[in-house]
Amino acid sequence: MPQNEYIERHRKLHGRRLDTEERARKKAAREGHKQSENAQNLRGLRAKLYAKERHHQKIQMRKAIKQHEERNVKGAPAEKEPSDPIPSYLLDRANPTTAKALSSQIKNKRAEKAARFSVPIPKVRGISEEELFKVVKTGKKIQQKGWKRVVTKPTFVGPDFTRRPVKYERFIRPMGLRYKKANVTHPTLNVTVQLPILGVKKNPSNPLYTQLGVLTKGTIIEVNCSDLGIVTASGKIAWGRYAQITNNPENDGCLNAVLLV
Amino acid sequence: MATVLPPPSKRQRREEIERTTTQQDVAPLLATDLGSFKANFVDSDGNQMADVIEINFADATEKNVSTLLNTLLGRDREDFTPYRFRIHIPGKDIIVDQYPTDLLGLLQKHGVTNPFETTITLSAEPQAVFKVHAVSRLAHRIPGHGQPILACQFSPKSSGRLATGSGDNTARIWDTNSGTPKHTLKGHTGWVLGVSWSPDGQHLATCSMDKTVRIWDPETGKPFGPDLKGHAKWVMAVAWEPYHLWRDGTARLASASKDGTCRIWLVNSGRTEHVLSGHKGSISCVRWGGTGQIYTGSHDKSVRVWDAVQGTLVHSFTSHGHWVNHIALSSDHALRTGYFDHTKEVPETEDGKRAKALERFEKAAKIQGKVAERLVSASDDFTMYLWDPTNNGNKPVARLLGHQNKVNQVQFSPDGTLIASAGWDNHTKLWNARDGKFLKSLRGHVAPVYQCAWSADSRLLVTGSKDCTLKVWNARSGNLAMDLPGHEDEVYAVDWAADGKMVGSGGKDKAVRTWRN
Repeated sequence: MPQNEYIERHRKLHGRRLDTEERARKKAAREGHKQSENAQNLRGLRAKLYAKERHHQKIQMRKAIKQHEERNVKGAPAEKEPSDPIPSYLLDRANPTTAKALSSQIKNKRAEKAARFSVPIPKVRGISEEELFKVVKTGKKIQQKGWKRVVTKPTFVGPDFTRRPVKYERFIRPMGLRYKKANVTHPTLNVTVQLPILGVKKNPSNPLYTQLGVLTKGTIIEVNCSDLGIVTASGKIAWGRYAQITNNPENDGCLNAVLLV
Repeated sequence: MATVLPPPSKRQRREEIERTTTQQDVAPLLATDLGSFKANFVDSDGNQMADVIEINFADATEKNVSTLLNTLLGRDREDFTPYRFRIHIPGKDIIVDQYPTDLLGLLQKHGVTNPFETTITLSAEPQAVFKVHAVSRLAHRIPGHGQPILACQFSPKSSGRLATGSGDNTARIWDTNSGTPKHTLKGHTGWVLGVSWSPDGQHLATCSMDKTVRIWDPETGKPFGPDLKGHAKWVMAVAWEPYHLWRDGTARLASASKDGTCRIWLVNSGRTEHVLSGHKGSISCVRWGGTGQIYTGSHDKSVRVWDAVQGTLVHSFTSHGHWVNHIALSSDHALRTGYFDHTKEVPETEDGKRAKALERFEKAAKIQGKVAERLVSASDDFTMYLWDPTNNGNKPVARLLGHQNKVNQVQFSPDGTLIASAGWDNHTKLWNARDGKFLKSLRGHVAPVYQCAWSADSRLLVTGSKDCTLKVWNARSGNLAMDLPGHEDEVYAVDWAADGKMVGSGGKDKAVRTWRN
């Protein structure tokens, strides 16, 4: 069968098949079915590649749809009045509101006392020590006594941490399960930013887990939000803010959190 | 029983005798003769003020030199004006702004190896005879407004009255001495974007998003006449006619609107006298100069100068590359306060007030004996231009480069020697108002600086920023004089009272705050 430029040559010499249009139409009609089949049945690496490609396609599709929608609006939009009162020198400016709105909402909310102790996920599943730790059974002495533990959940380990000598190390936090960054969402603004973690404030299951920096669903972490430009009342840039983890990091391979308002 | 000292020993007696008989060598205790220099005093325009006089280096402190100059000018001790000196290094083009403690050392550092017997030019700038203390504490936090405060201004009469405009559609007048609300001015149906006291303190003008301007009587809190309708869009700013120009028994008012027009109103009748149209974009700022000209800065990148009587265009400055955000006049402070000054003496008669207001304006605006009202315009293109419309036509005197982001506000110091500009790059910068040279950068804020205000003696500057603080700066040294945290959110408006006693500020946290020393 001719390939590449020979195809073109062949077409010039002999023309296309007589049923080309018919076949193209049928192929296009089957496309949806084909995609669906692939999405359901591919496995492994191929599935991964396919999903990624499809993800990008969908993004493009949504963008296109949005553009069409904007085009369909009739006439100029009415002059929009900003919702929050701002002085005349800030009118008509496209204000980068996100970070600032973020901080002022936090402040307004803090003013109400009851809100101070409310967190997005109030109830957390308890995690037993049996689930969290795996007993290490290597080496003669360790095997006999069985005092060494491996943490089986994701952890946050501070940047200046150095492991203790093997003889004294009771808890091992595996390198593969360490996290440094979290995707932090502001609940009302729906802005998500990836921020570095500063520390684990509280793991509600067990104070020991807090010490170890175990990241499970419902854990309160402190994140570095200095990039957002949030300002404290004394005019300094706010550095750390608390956030609560909303997903099961051990299942998802990423860390999602909600900023505490 | 009193303790009796033992009689002096023989050795003590001998030393005593020796001390009284021989003369001490006092030469090392006396100051070494540092030599002297010849001082040539010039005023800020470069005119010689007094004969060249020889001054000893040992005595040449700034205070002494200032006293000497006052004596040379033949003033009485009561009329002494404090002076600030700038040193022109001889043979070079360097001017040192700050008077050093060691003048000789400074000259030697600048390569004047033998400063003795050389003539050094000292340009003398008179300082305000009164001194404003830096505000240091929160005097009052007055809640009342239901929405963010967008504008505030002190009465020219005293620091006892502060007017604020807010997003809750009202303007309010506060008694700052007791920290209590005085009047609530209800009537607008949109945010009050600007408040402005008339120069005689008898009226208050407010402009609003409801496209109207309203005049109020601040004593009773009642509207003065009907609302002034005519603009097609939001009214962004208002400016009163300077007191010495008032004629036909009425004041006039200029209002700038987003619809690109500026209207001149007769306050007593509420009639529109002129509509100044020509701008192609929203007008962001309006000023009424003491020479009878109206200056408007607009989002169409131009600054226009209008004749207030005829209502005609005089000049159009089109050098800016982006929106003009704010304009300021060198006589702003004098025009705003009319005939009120630090002496608290108010002339009895109408003519007397007029004459005093005119005299104060001329004192503020005169350069080299000519009335030269300077104008500075701040823009989104990160630069400012300094203009002299009366003498220089539509050519800029200088372009002020240095900001790294949009410049939001610019203010002349009350004595007209310095310009302060506040920008989105978190800095406030100080400039020389004569030639537009950059002097200092005031760093400290961590968010855009929205507003700044000078103290009446031009020695201090207060800035309000998005980072919830006010900061007071020493204009001379450029140091932070006082950091004033206390606001819970962005500070939108700040004003320093004309008598210097108080600073008022308002912002997004809805409460008015007053600060004093």
